[in-house]
Amino acid sequence: MNPEECKFTKEHEWVYIEDGDTAIIGISDYAAGELGDIVYIELPNAGQKVTQMDPIGSIEAVKTVADLYSPVSGEVIEVNEKAVAKPEIVNKSPYDDGWFIKIRMDDPGDLEVLFSYDEYRDFLGEEGAGKDEDAEDR
Amino acid sequence: MELAKTPLYDAHVAAGGKIVPFAGFHMPVQFEGIVAEHARVRTAVGLFDVSHMGEISLAGPRAAAFADEVVTNSVAKLADGQICYTVACNERGTVLDDLLVYRFSAERILLVVNAVNVDKIYRHLVSLSPAGVDIRNRTPEIGQIAVQGPRSRELMQRAGFFAAASGRIAGLPYYWFLAFERGGAEIIVSRTGYTGELGYEIYLPTELTAAVWRELLAAGADLGAGPIGLGARDTLRFEPCFCLYGHELDEETSPLEAGLSWLVKTGKGSFIGRDALLREKEQGSPRRLVGLELLGRQIARQGFQVLSGGAPVGAVTSGTFAPTLQRSLALALVRNDAGEGPYTVDVRGKAAETKLVPIPFYPSRAAK
Repeated sequence: MNPEECKFTKEHEWVYIEDGDTAIIGISDYAAGELGDIVYIELPNAGQKVTQMDPIGSIEAVKTVADLYSPVSGEVIEVNEKAVAKPEIVNKSPYDDGWFIKIRMDDPGDLEVLFSYDEYRDFLGEEGAGKDEDAEDR
Repeated sequence: MELAKTPLYDAHVAAGGKIVPFAGFHMPVQFEGIVAEHARVRTAVGLFDVSHMGEISLAGPRAAAFADEVVTNSVAKLADGQICYTVACNERGTVLDDLLVYRFSAERILLVVNAVNVDKIYRHLVSLSPAGVDIRNRTPEIGQIAVQGPRSRELMQRAGFFAAASGRIAGLPYYWFLAFERGGAEIIVSRTGYTGELGYEIYLPTELTAAVWRELLAAGADLGAGPIGLGARDTLRFEPCFCLYGHELDEETSPLEAGLSWLVKTGKGSFIGRDALLREKEQGSPRRLVGLELLGRQIARQGFQVLSGGAPVGAVTSGTFAPTLQRSLALALVRNDAGEGPYTVDVRGKAAETKLVPIPFYPSRAAK
């Protein structure tokens, strides 16, 4: 997936639209880099209904954990079992081999509230500038 | 609080280190990535900036005797030039800090303490106002570099800085140290570490630290040497199950609970916490440290509840995905009467299945 053709959430998920109503979901290269080595991902099952911006899974890295939020509402129609089995591919290829799930959208209007690629880049710039590093583990 | 910088801060930034606050210092948590850095130390050699660690010197006729009153292990039994790992307890027999005791002589001792505990231990020692012992916190004037990994001996032989002592370094046994002089300054090299691999720790004046760091990196380039952040320092100590203060050890935990009974020499004479620890030895510890493997590969983080038959029996002290072993593992303090499981861990509201696994997860190769 070309990130420039994706939409983004402020929680760093990307969405790529395929065939009009299918949303492919993953996390941005920025998010993968910030998390560090990803070792476990927990995703919803195919058939599960999800709601926009609800937590639907988690991403465990060696040092930290992050929730996965659904960028759109709809039904999960496919899970990337390769990423579940080998989570390190999310670090290696966040926009291609490291995608997470496909969702059949209830309403493509959900996309309107998401960032474009350029808006996401600007958002990262602001977040990076104002960011206070989290206190690390002792 | 204003964060301090180690003498290697600029080198870490230049090397692309991700800097985080840690124990009052700006420290690198990772460089190229925790898993890659972890593998570097297991298979080649890595350099750690541990300048944040605290050094407290004891000098005077009663230096070793005083140390023996403060720590649980036997300083009297150390030879000059030898080191012991130990804990310092309070009167309740719980842990103020875990530390290394370097014995230069009966009149000269160096304590190496955790960065988070330097001030606490220094005040503790001073409050005991021992006669005939000069106590000095030397942390600000001493930098520290750890060189760890199977190629570490080779690397120490190559760096010109250590040439005057290279023969002695090559022959240094585990938990022994040597000192030599460079330009009027004392350099200490010990065969110690926190990774479970062959390795050395170097204590040197802060103003020499950056130059020695650069020389080691350059001399070790073809050995695979590289800088290692705090993230991999934690995973490397976790696999051989070395305790980390604030996780397995704190002022609510006794060394016996944390599996450190081998450090508690109740027969050596009086020391702080001895009565409480003797009592605990007789009556049994309330808790014990266990090793758990999470069968579903979720990560059990510090503080997550451990349950048996649905009832809480303890808490995770450390947990991560062990890079060398490729398993999700955890250390947990559980009630001694909790039985042998099966335990579950509450991972953000979901019960994760585990099985008990022997400690240590990874046998240390440091003494070989």
